[in-house]
Amino acid sequence: MPIADTRGLRVRGATKEYPGTIAVQDIDLDINPGEVVALLGENGAGKSTLSSIIAGVTQPTTGTMTWNGEPYAPTSPGDAIASGIGLIHQEMRLLPDLTVAENVMVGRWPMRSGFLDARTMREKAKDQLKRLGFNGAMDSKVRDLSVAGQQQVEIAKALMLDASLLILDEPTAALGQAETDALFDCVRALKAEGVSFIYVSHRLAEIALIADRIVVLRDGKKITEHASGEVSPNQLVEEMVGRPVDRLFPDVPPPTDEIVLEVKDLHDKAGDFMDVSFTVRAGEIFGIAGIVGAGRTELVRAIAGAEHRLGTVVIDGKNLKPDNPMAAIKAGVVLIPEDRKQQGLVVSDTIENNIALPNLGKVSTSGWISPAKVRSFAATVAKGIGMKGNVALPVSSLSGGNQQKIVIGKWLQRDPRLVILDEPTRGIDVGARASIYEVVAELARNGNAVVVVSSDLEEVLGLAHRVMVLARGRNQGILDASEATPSKVMSLATL
Amino acid sequence: MFSQLSARLFSGSGGALLGLIALFIILSFASPFFLTTRNIINILDQVTVLGILSVGATAVIITGGIDLSVGSILGLSTMVLGWLSHQGGWPMWTAMLAAIAVGAVAGSINGLGITYANLPPFIATLAMMSIGRGMANLITDGQQIVGYPEWFFNFSSERYLGFFSVTLLVVLALYLVAWAWLKYRASGRSIYAIGGGTEVARLAGIHVKKVTIWVYVAAGALAGLGGIVLASRLDSSQPSAGTGYELDVIAAVVIGGASLSGGVGRIGGTVIGVLIIGVLRNGLNLLGVSPFIQQIVIGLVIAVAVMADVLRRKRA
Repeated sequence: MPIADTRGLRVRGATKEYPGTIAVQDIDLDINPGEVVALLGENGAGKSTLSSIIAGVTQPTTGTMTWNGEPYAPTSPGDAIASGIGLIHQEMRLLPDLTVAENVMVGRWPMRSGFLDARTMREKAKDQLKRLGFNGAMDSKVRDLSVAGQQQVEIAKALMLDASLLILDEPTAALGQAETDALFDCVRALKAEGVSFIYVSHRLAEIALIADRIVVLRDGKKITEHASGEVSPNQLVEEMVGRPVDRLFPDVPPPTDEIVLEVKDLHDKAGDFMDVSFTVRAGEIFGIAGIVGAGRTELVRAIAGAEHRLGTVVIDGKNLKPDNPMAAIKAGVVLIPEDRKQQGLVVSDTIENNIALPNLGKVSTSGWISPAKVRSFAATVAKGIGMKGNVALPVSSLSGGNQQKIVIGKWLQRDPRLVILDEPTRGIDVGARASIYEVVAELARNGNAVVVVSSDLEEVLGLAHRVMVLARGRNQGILDASEATPSKVMSLATL
Repeated sequence: MFSQLSARLFSGSGGALLGLIALFIILSFASPFFLTTRNIINILDQVTVLGILSVGATAVIITGGIDLSVGSILGLSTMVLGWLSHQGGWPMWTAMLAAIAVGAVAGSINGLGITYANLPPFIATLAMMSIGRGMANLITDGQQIVGYPEWFFNFSSERYLGFFSVTLLVVLALYLVAWAWLKYRASGRSIYAIGGGTEVARLAGIHVKKVTIWVYVAAGALAGLGGIVLASRLDSSQPSAGTGYELDVIAAVVIGGASLSGGVGRIGGTVIGVLIIGVLRNGLNLLGVSPFIQQIVIGLVIAVAVMADVLRRKRA
């Protein structure tokens, strides 16, 4: 990599040791002004540690950095920010009940004779947000913004501090296609002004779109560095995972003729989804695609009784009572929710207790729970989903992929008829995804009806027999796997 | 051996247990009267009411809720007991059941307010705290009721095997049942699941509202029982009985390692929390420390206990 001048960031030999492990080892990294560099790697590859070192959150054990030719050794995030380097966290740190302007200016509120100068505050915030193409009101509450809008506020906050290097940590994890596009426009606009970016993600498709260079990390080491466009996604995956990846998506036999789920004229009062009708057969994987806010999550939660609905849901020929998760569970409907930590797992509890939770009848005798039964039951479930290890450990000790397998696995002993998975691989490593897909395929092979909701087009198209595209709450068409292409789906999704 | 046993019984409250042991050792040296059978009986007697209320509060706090009304419900129940048995001419046993029932009804109103009217637990029980105290005073226009049958008074004063009073045995039985219930009953595990993640619990098919209401009913009924025990100990019913107990109760549960954000808490920890407060009060009394300074010390102990807990969790 030729170094044009000393401007930008130079990292040399960065190493961070923790007792027992080396998080990053001897990493060199150059970030030139106006450049977008993607850090690619699985969880634990060292992306976060490297970002933290650059952003002053942690200090390297050995190694040096220079920033615009000067030695740079931040001892706190405040140091880094003062030098113009800002980290935008995956989970946004905004004050939801304050206004856009207050959030952008937080801690640096302009004062006039001892009072907050609200007008200056709004103007300054507006100046920054205009650079990002944000056109909402400065006085609306951050809570009322879309996720993408909130992200723009977060970025504007960093820009307020004259940041010229921004680290974006999984910025699109919660964004749909349109919102991702908006974020990229904003990255490109800032790039043109000379702002550089470190872009941490494991979505290969978007890295190809936005990054100038791609740096692959694995086990704390820098594996390769590519100019964007000169490397295939498959090769990147192999470099990340460290072994050849033959196929991401497993084979699923064609579905049977037996109809398990029939949805007729489903709608809700808020208009999140309207007049949706479809059927799913036993052994079929039915994909639901669409942009964030299209009503996909609301739709599947309503089918599972977790949210209010009007219209008809029929399971195995029987009408399902609305608004009642218990009735849905009894009819064999299982929802694997999109938010693992809020809705899928009791994070403070152990693996075995989480697995036992929907199966308490199976592990107790006349109402008294037997710890021995809990343990053996959990061990059976864990084995069934290909997990090894001690089920008495806290569920928080597992990787995202294994946590997701627990969320799915805890339902399997109830012999479900319909399994609905909402964003099953969000936040999960590429390497671990294949094993989740295998669990999903196995569900279909065992004769379950399976519904997969995903913002990841590749995932829906790779898994499903048929794909329904939802836009603004309406069914825009159901495509067969053979005719569904990314461009067809996207054109329906943005109708 | 001891450490293994204690690790099993009191896991998750290790710091508090060490604190309790340290307190015991220090007070044994500081006062010749501390480590005597008589004084140990004294301590246990003094914490019976606090202990009874803390069982309910443990469950409430594990669901992520809070119950500020238990002190007032105790006051109301003890007045109902006195009024029904004296003015109403009810048989003592029926009046006792009625006192518990009144507590349970008050608790169910808390629970309904929280689940169906969507009141935050703090607010629902704050309202009940005020209502309950008002009603307790209303019954006799603020007058106390004195004098219970001797056998009722004996519940808390007559000792079997030179140690156990009926009330103490009730508390011990209560803790055993509560421990087993929280650990081994589906509804007990549901309480943890609700506190750990309400939506997770709901999607797992748990009747979140029903379980939550029952937890507050239990807390209320236990406050009713506390009212009976206090009446037996004092041989009278006072409308101001139980004022401020809600805070001691919350302190005991939190010192025992429960988290106010829910999902975490153990009966074994609550035992320790209750004993720490009891032993501390007793010891400071023996040493002749003024009650005002006692309040300051207990405040510091709460802060230090929770701080130690937070630090320990951070390191883990």
